[in-house]
Amino acid sequence: MDKINARNDSDPVLLIKSLNKFRGSAQVLRDVDLKLFAGQRIALLGHNGAGKSTLIKTVLGLISADADKISICGSKPGSRQARSLTAFLPEAISFHPALTGYEQLGMFSRLANVKADLTGLLERVGLGDAMHRRIGTYSKGMRQRLGLAQVLLGRPKLALLDEPTSGLDPISRQELYTIIDELAAQGTAVLIASHALTEVEARTDRIAIMRKGYLVADDTLAALTANAGLPTRVRIRARGDVAAIAVQTGGRRINGASVEIEIQTADKMTLLREIAAMGEAVADLDITPPRLEDLYRYYAKERLQ
Amino acid sequence: MMRSLAVAKCEMHVLRRNRWLLTATLIMVLFALALTFAGSAPTGSLGVDMLMVSVASMTTLSVYLTPLLALMISFDAVAGEVERGSLGLLLTYPAGRGEILFGKFMAHLAALTIAMAVGFGCAGAVAWWMAGVGLESLFALGRLVATSILLGSVFLTLGYLVSSLSRSSTAAAGMSAGLWLIFVVLYDLGLLGAVVMDSGGWFTQSLFPWFMVANPADAFRVWNITGSDGMALTSGMVGAARALPVWAAPLSLLSWLLLGFAAARSSFWRLEP
Repeated sequence: MDKINARNDSDPVLLIKSLNKFRGSAQVLRDVDLKLFAGQRIALLGHNGAGKSTLIKTVLGLISADADKISICGSKPGSRQARSLTAFLPEAISFHPALTGYEQLGMFSRLANVKADLTGLLERVGLGDAMHRRIGTYSKGMRQRLGLAQVLLGRPKLALLDEPTSGLDPISRQELYTIIDELAAQGTAVLIASHALTEVEARTDRIAIMRKGYLVADDTLAALTANAGLPTRVRIRARGDVAAIAVQTGGRRINGASVEIEIQTADKMTLLREIAAMGEAVADLDITPPRLEDLYRYYAKERLQ
Repeated sequence: MMRSLAVAKCEMHVLRRNRWLLTATLIMVLFALALTFAGSAPTGSLGVDMLMVSVASMTTLSVYLTPLLALMISFDAVAGEVERGSLGLLLTYPAGRGEILFGKFMAHLAALTIAMAVGFGCAGAVAWWMAGVGLESLFALGRLVATSILLGSVFLTLGYLVSSLSRSSTAAAGMSAGLWLIFVVLYDLGLLGAVVMDSGGWFTQSLFPWFMVANPADAFRVWNITGSDGMALTSGMVGAARALPVWAAPLSLLSWLLLGFAAARSSFWRLEP
């Protein structure tokens, strides 16, 4: 489900070209290339310390980098133009505890020079009842929602969300992804840095994986799966002779009644036809394609360039 | 400017809710009233009215209290945001760092202005009610309020400077206390030592007044003391103050304000959240 051309604009919203960043003598970003187009949702994965937050802060202009390596709709990171096009949801978001949610969002809207329906936005993120209470009384999830509300101010071209679902309950996570989908649908390019692999697997268009400052993967889930060549697991529960099925399919017995076979995705249909031909001998069948977790482990551990 | 006003509005909410505005105003009112009542004794012997004596005492009070209040309001301005983790998000908005700092400055200055005007105003009202006031002493009171606000604004910018230089609120508080001690106590002690050593020589005659007025706290004192004859009568440091041209003290305070804000802005500019 690539929405690359949703804007009918071939220029990327975010363009990063061979970006390097040093912290003292340590190199924290190594030759990072990344393109993000309007309406696209990309998940940025990586261990703690892989360079995700540094990359985000560099794009925001909060930490300095070679200005010509990054462009946000043609503007330099940290420039007034770039900042007015970009929205940011930091990890572990924090506000002044003495302000109310409404006042805080009001200040952000004036800083962004955006006329917004603050009440509507706060209701949209589920803070309708709490908007006039001090932020000091909010739970972590409520602060996260307020953070999301400020992302929605003024239709940003680029949204950078750092661990957006941390502190949210399962229902709120679903709502958050619905809002992210709406953002993308209105043409915002969304980058989500996350550890919650199962969530981003279903809700993003592309996966980028960082390891030790390198971007080791950047493609659609399907393409990453094909490149990695990770096996699909097929598990057959036998009704009769388990050993015979194991011999016939070349799989291995994993308990008294089941056989597990690891095959390449291309061989899947051939195997399924064979199994269908076995008739009554097969009681049940489970197919598990490689999950993002497997891919992540593969790319984050094995594929260091 | 709109962006600075947006920041200022939020800062005013904060100052009101964390009771800073109330505390600062109460402190000023209490001290000003105490000095007005306590200072009412020597009026007869000096031939000035009650308010004039009170303004002289309050000038000395303000030298100590105004920088302290200003630093206590401002030391947390940047370091607090860094420590809370809210600065990063704020800086991703299209407001310049100078605009953000100026917004905070406007709110803090407004709070100081309220505290000074109410505090010293109460003293004036009480003096008028008890003994009546002359035009000259009223003018001296107005000058005290205005110069106190200017002195406070200098120390607000110095507070922002230490706040941007330190990575935590605690460090900023410590540095502010040090700054206060240097400007209000140690600098004068140093000068006093030099004058005693020099025993009325070249340093005391020509350099000392300039060294004195270079310190914003002393410049404030000089400005108020040389402002009116009544004030000069009621305080002791007239000789040195009279050796200076009239523009020296205002120039010192204004330069400190501009340089302080520029230094704070530049160190805030270099800060990586």
